[in-house]
Amino acid sequence: MLNNYNGLAQPFWQNGPAPGQFYHFTGGQQQIQNLPRELTTAGPYGTQRNTARITTGSSVLGIRFDGGVMIAADTMVSYGSLSRYQSIDRVFKINEKILLGGGDDFADIQSIKRTIDQKMIADQCRADEIEMKPTELAMWLTRVLYNRRTRMNPLFIDVVVGGVNAEGKPFLGNVDLRGRFYEDFVVATGFARHLAIPLVRESKPAGREFTAEEASNLIRKCMEVLYYRDTRNTSKYTVGVCTPSGSVVEGPYKVDENWSFASTIKGY
Amino acid sequence: MFRNQYDSDTTVWSPQGRLFQVEYAMEAVKQGSATVGLKSRDYAALIALCRTSKEAEDSPNSPLQRKIMPVDAHMGMSIAGLTADARIVCQHLRSECMSFRHSYDTDYPVQRLVTNLGIKLQATTQRYNRRPFGVGMLIAGYDEKGTHIFQVMPSANVFNCKAMAIGSRSQSARTYLERHLDSFMDSTKQDLICHGIQAIRGALGNQDSSEFTINVAIVGKDEPFKIFNETENQIYFEIAKTMGNPVTSDAEDARSIGGMIDMMDDMLEHGPSGSGSGPALDTDEESNAGLEPRPQ
Repeated sequence: MLNNYNGLAQPFWQNGPAPGQFYHFTGGQQQIQNLPRELTTAGPYGTQRNTARITTGSSVLGIRFDGGVMIAADTMVSYGSLSRYQSIDRVFKINEKILLGGGDDFADIQSIKRTIDQKMIADQCRADEIEMKPTELAMWLTRVLYNRRTRMNPLFIDVVVGGVNAEGKPFLGNVDLRGRFYEDFVVATGFARHLAIPLVRESKPAGREFTAEEASNLIRKCMEVLYYRDTRNTSKYTVGVCTPSGSVVEGPYKVDENWSFASTIKGY
Repeated sequence: MFRNQYDSDTTVWSPQGRLFQVEYAMEAVKQGSATVGLKSRDYAALIALCRTSKEAEDSPNSPLQRKIMPVDAHMGMSIAGLTADARIVCQHLRSECMSFRHSYDTDYPVQRLVTNLGIKLQATTQRYNRRPFGVGMLIAGYDEKGTHIFQVMPSANVFNCKAMAIGSRSQSARTYLERHLDSFMDSTKQDLICHGIQAIRGALGNQDSSEFTINVAIVGKDEPFKIFNETENQIYFEIAKTMGNPVTSDAEDARSIGGMIDMMDDMLEHGPSGSGSGPALDTDEESNAGLEPRPQ
């Protein structure tokens, strides 16, 4: 660069074709030089950034019922395979109409939650009785997360957004680190996606929504399954419930553990 | 109002605590033809008096659209004053609404948008290198909090109204609105529009009514903002006519404070006018068309 006016300007792309150089297209005999976990991209001032998760929350499960939504998550944040923080609420009350369940990198969850809290304070300052709705928050999160992903600097989170909309209509959706959003009567992150969603879908009565009791039984059952099967879960969990009369985060509840079958396992 | 030594800059106060440039900007609103906004529980209507151009009335550039501007599906505005300034404000409101919808997938709450607009307009009254926008606006909208009519003036004042009329000779429209105010909340859509048309017919006064067209726009529950076309305008106009002549007499208006100010302004501009002579601007219409910014 002949005229280097801008020392902070980054090249348009990394590891790509450069004028005058040979470029090896990927595929074929290309060796994998970096494990995905260690893949780094260039940051400013010659630093390197990775997009790995560090302290993570495991599963979050959300179930929509006829009177609102329930979102449950266990109270552990792991550091890789270490159960580092064991009493962390991962379900947050955002306002009377919205609940947020945060999974994956917990530092990023805290960061985005801080921004969301500032939005809620701004809403309160306006004092015009207009509260944010869950659909609006979910859409906003999608836009923010997609923007971060496009800049190759994602917030490594997987969140469940739930609540009731203007006419008391329940809303439940899932937004992930790439800004992908979808709505359904059951959404989950992490291992719950594989273990809990099929369980809930199987019990869905045809042609109607769950009742509150059915939903809460399902939550209890799924948390139990997750505790037994997901090695990054703990037996304590909190549940957020949002209905037209408001939202509240209840807990912590404890899974009914029963390890008596262990003695039947060969090699125990 | 007469020229004085405190009116050269918007950043200069007069000893009486007035900002003359801002007040002069309010005069520009009074130059534009009248427009009325009123709301019921479920609908908000905007009615405007547009000057018809003598060339092709059916042309795509006919002035039917110039006074009422849609902002979003749930909001629109009608203006009185400098159209050029109005376009800038309208463009700002539209882009705010679009941006909000992109981020949150929902209607921009009207009260918030209009408050932010007021803040933006205030900056123009406090900088030496800017001037106030020379346009008064009536913003009609419908959101989760119901129907709204907001009046925004060049002074950056924003008023939440049940009904309002601005522009030239709007005092008679305001008098009509005041008289029937209690009936608006529970009006049907048709009655609301007819009240609006009756109000604005008062603002025509003694002028030649073929020179003006009445344009109507409506927004409300399950009704995205819509400006009526010729046929629909005509239908409502006919219904309104059956309601009789708007009950105003020049004498009654003259006795109200607003009426006196209106009359005084007219006299200063045009000299004392007997009944039947319109504003002096009419005669210049054809020769001056397009040469200078015409307040609409």
